[in-house]
Amino acid sequence: MEGLEHILRQHPFFADFAPEHGALVAGCARNHRFDPGDYLFREGDPADEFFLIRHGKVALEIVAPGQAPIVFATLGPGEIVGEAWLVPPYRWTIDARATELVRAIGIDAACLRGKCEADHHLGYEMMKRFLPVFIRRLHATQLQILDVYGKKR
Amino acid sequence: MVPESVSAAASLPDPFVPQIYRVGRLRRELHDTVTLELAPSAGRRPAFRPGQFNMLYVFGVGEIAVSLSGDSTDETHFVHTVRDVGAVSKAITELGTGATIGLRGPFGVGWPVEAAEGSDVVLVAGGLGLAPLRPAIYHILANRVRYGRVVILFGSRNPHDMLYRHELEEWRQHLDISIEVTVDHAEADWHGNVGVVPALIPRATFDRHNTIALVCGPEVMMRYSASALAEAGVPPERIYLSMERNMKCAIGLCGHCQFGPTFICKDGPVMQFARIAKIFAIREV
Repeated sequence: MEGLEHILRQHPFFADFAPEHGALVAGCARNHRFDPGDYLFREGDPADEFFLIRHGKVALEIVAPGQAPIVFATLGPGEIVGEAWLVPPYRWTIDARATELVRAIGIDAACLRGKCEADHHLGYEMMKRFLPVFIRRLHATQLQILDVYGKKR
Repeated sequence: MVPESVSAAASLPDPFVPQIYRVGRLRRELHDTVTLELAPSAGRRPAFRPGQFNMLYVFGVGEIAVSLSGDSTDETHFVHTVRDVGAVSKAITELGTGATIGLRGPFGVGWPVEAAEGSDVVLVAGGLGLAPLRPAIYHILANRVRYGRVVILFGSRNPHDMLYRHELEEWRQHLDISIEVTVDHAEADWHGNVGVVPALIPRATFDRHNTIALVCGPEVMMRYSASALAEAGVPPERIYLSMERNMKCAIGLCGHCQFGPTFICKDGPVMQFARIAKIFAIREV
């Protein structure tokens, strides 16, 4: 457990995290390895775990029926994969695919949600860290929707 | 830090009179984008600084401002990369080798490539915004020893619409510069980054206390990039943007390119973010 706790503290997402909170989160964590082409999760699956990438790259994809998957973001070391575990119905709405060897820490969603409910300081700390991630991704999506490199006449 | 102001316009006989240039080599970069070499039909090509622009005049059609995108040390011709987005730019992209074109310039304030010596340099380009940055990249590569870390971050719409792709691949061979490319959307066979170019900034390695950032691209992309650079710790007075407005006279007389208290043609196009930050997001400006 101490090993995972140490690895979690090295991850930028948990920078300056209080040691007692680090121990609580580590209790929900486990190591993962994904080979290129492996899916971390797929659309419609239960969002029962989210991931902190330690190494490698993950592509986030949307699939429309009859079309090839569209990659709309890639995430790398130091980043978080997965937000749907935070809000009901806790189901993934996208695919996440390893494009190279990925080493990640998986956090059990039900376990962490339970601990956040029991310890609101931990819950608030987690929200303070997740919210900027959401906002950055929302801004990025806004910029993508604008299609700024497209031709305007 | 003040960008190098250039008074090349003052050295011209009459900045309102176009000089005759002849189209040399042409290169189709993308389906709607062409790079042209323009050589003076008489005399020498005036000197220019990376980041400056020329006014290109297609006879009978009209005149537009186009940034210089070639090597400032190559004294034989100007290089311009032009995308067909309107009547004049369309006419330029349809010119053939040997055609004549009117040219006034170079004009404006360029990138602070000399002031950046001794610093890390982060160049952030989006789409066609790589063209005005290319002369700065040539200059930095030719004088590599004078700079710290050099980071080039480039965003494109998709892997197929990537400007200067061959050159990006060549620059990537340099072991002493870092290049990251991202696209807004891709299919699964693209193994590079996907996402907007400002998202590359937090991932890049540079000394935030000693970095000069040069940013060029669509204005909204520059806004997000300047914010990401500031968030990464780069002071606003060390962030430079290449602005674009409707330029007509190119020497600060007509007022068409007025941007708050400044004129883009005379006080820019390269402007310090600290100087324009307050009016940058005001849509009426």
